Amino acid sequence: MQNAEVSAVDEASPAFRLRSPLPHSYANYLGRLMFLGVLTVQGLGAFALITLGVMLRKLRVAQPVVGPLVRREIYRAGVRLLPMFLFVAFALGFLVIGQTVSWLTRVGAINYLGSIMVLVVVRELGPLLTALLVLARIGTANVVELGTARALGEVEALEALGIDPVHYLVVPRVVGMMAGVFSLTVYLILGALVSGYLWAFLQDVPLTPGDYFNQLAGALSYLDFILLALKTCGFGFIIAIVTCYHGLAQPLHLDEISRSTVRAVAQSVIACVLLDALFIIVYLTAG
Amino acid sequence: MSDLTTSSGVPVIEMRAVNVCALKSPGTTVAVNLDWTVNAGDFWVLAGAQRAGKSDLLMLAAGLMSPRCGTYRLFGESMPDFAEENLAERLRLGFVFDGGQLFSRLTLAENVALPLKYHRDWSRETIESRVTALLEVTGLLPYAHLTPGNVGRNWQKRAGLARALALEPDVLLLDNPLAGLDARHTHWWLRFLDRLAGGQHASTDKPLTLVVTTDDLSRPGLWRSRAKQIACLAGGRLTVFRDWAELEMCHNAAVQELLTAPPAGN
Repeated sequence: MQNAEVSAVDEASPAFRLRSPLPHSYANYLGRLMFLGVLTVQGLGAFALITLGVMLRKLRVAQPVVGPLVRREIYRAGVRLLPMFLFVAFALGFLVIGQTVSWLTRVGAINYLGSIMVLVVVRELGPLLTALLVLARIGTANVVELGTARALGEVEALEALGIDPVHYLVVPRVVGMMAGVFSLTVYLILGALVSGYLWAFLQDVPLTPGDYFNQLAGALSYLDFILLALKTCGFGFIIAIVTCYHGLAQPLHLDEISRSTVRAVAQSVIACVLLDALFIIVYLTAG
Repeated sequence: MSDLTTSSGVPVIEMRAVNVCALKSPGTTVAVNLDWTVNAGDFWVLAGAQRAGKSDLLMLAAGLMSPRCGTYRLFGESMPDFAEENLAERLRLGFVFDGGQLFSRLTLAENVALPLKYHRDWSRETIESRVTALLEVTGLLPYAHLTPGNVGRNWQKRAGLARALALEPDVLLLDNPLAGLDARHTHWWLRFLDRLAGGQHASTDKPLTLVVTTDDLSRPGLWRSRAKQIACLAGGRLTVFRDWAELEMCHNAAVQELLTAPPAGN
């Protein structure tokens, strides 16, 4: 008799809503996809706002605990990736800049080098490539770590100890990822520009280092520095929020972590590209 | 001790017409219409079969989730959800998880120190001495520098206990503390709980209010001589018994099974 009052159906779960008996058609499929997309954006937006709120409200709370965590995340998402980024910068210089310099020389358009470098490396390729590499190396690890912690009950343990999981688990990752993507982008751009010139120099391109530097300096404006900082911090914020959201909000069981990781990567890439498109509009409007 | 003392007669835990949902499946209700009062100094045993909802009820009591309906008061304060305003009351309540639920990247000593570092504005030396004392009384000093993955489940559960005691709670909720323990560790836990209930413990000099869940009432030496209050969670209902004699007279099949058959795996 008591059992009759106990609900056996998890009516709140997304799986239940998706199994509702509607006729199958492409329109329904697209409609469901759009609905899930809206739900995802809503969830991510709410999570981002909560994280920002906690960051501001608990700026000075438990600094002996959160401070070392922030430093660890900066090391993990920044310093530890430096060797890989130096290699990528070298490869980028060889693959893109060296060849560009060589071809511009052949067609007599070497005067446009500075503008092309700034456009390709500083504004687009450097920040986006850095974001994607950090997503691959650290973002995926975030989902797995937080998903495992969630599935093993560590998040409940934090709450039982009166520790805000967002403050302890998410805020350090957000700060670390923002600082990491920003500084790694700067290193990548510098490395790519230097190694690009070295490759061009090896190809006997008639361009002195002074001319090369002057062209780059002439093509850069103050807006490039401001927007580069905003864009890279934005990428870091997005990657951290999306990966932490999928790590913390979704997996209640270990077997859900792999799916969450795939979803987090796809959504992070989409969000970063959308933010990039937004900055292109800003560049075009300002330029 | 904080101002909200329980000697004023305010119940420690007070639930009225509460419905409990499952933590891992918030849409599923596991217990309905619960009325339950825990007073200061009580030693409760909350019995029930596996998956009866004991852990969910305990987590609700710890403020980890809100009741689906009904009212829940902790130290007289309404506990609607995980609200910052209720942090002072929540910190007076310690929770020992079934599997310890230790933080896998921290050592046992760091696990115990974490709540102190987060909530107390103490010096490093004070925190270290407090952690050392807790590890000593729980027999964990030799393993202090190891991460949870490098010690056995028995020791992980003890570390969970030490961590829960770090903030000197008034109430301790223990989720199936004896499950999966060998005889030596079971004996240690029972003696330790006796000392906690009697206020004769090095880590705290006040008697703690204890709430223990179990799926094993068949062994007479475990809880009968200790727990003065007993309740059974079966079929989504909580039944409170006056004493052990009334429990044994109960004709409910689920209760009789708890009394006669040891749980699988023990």
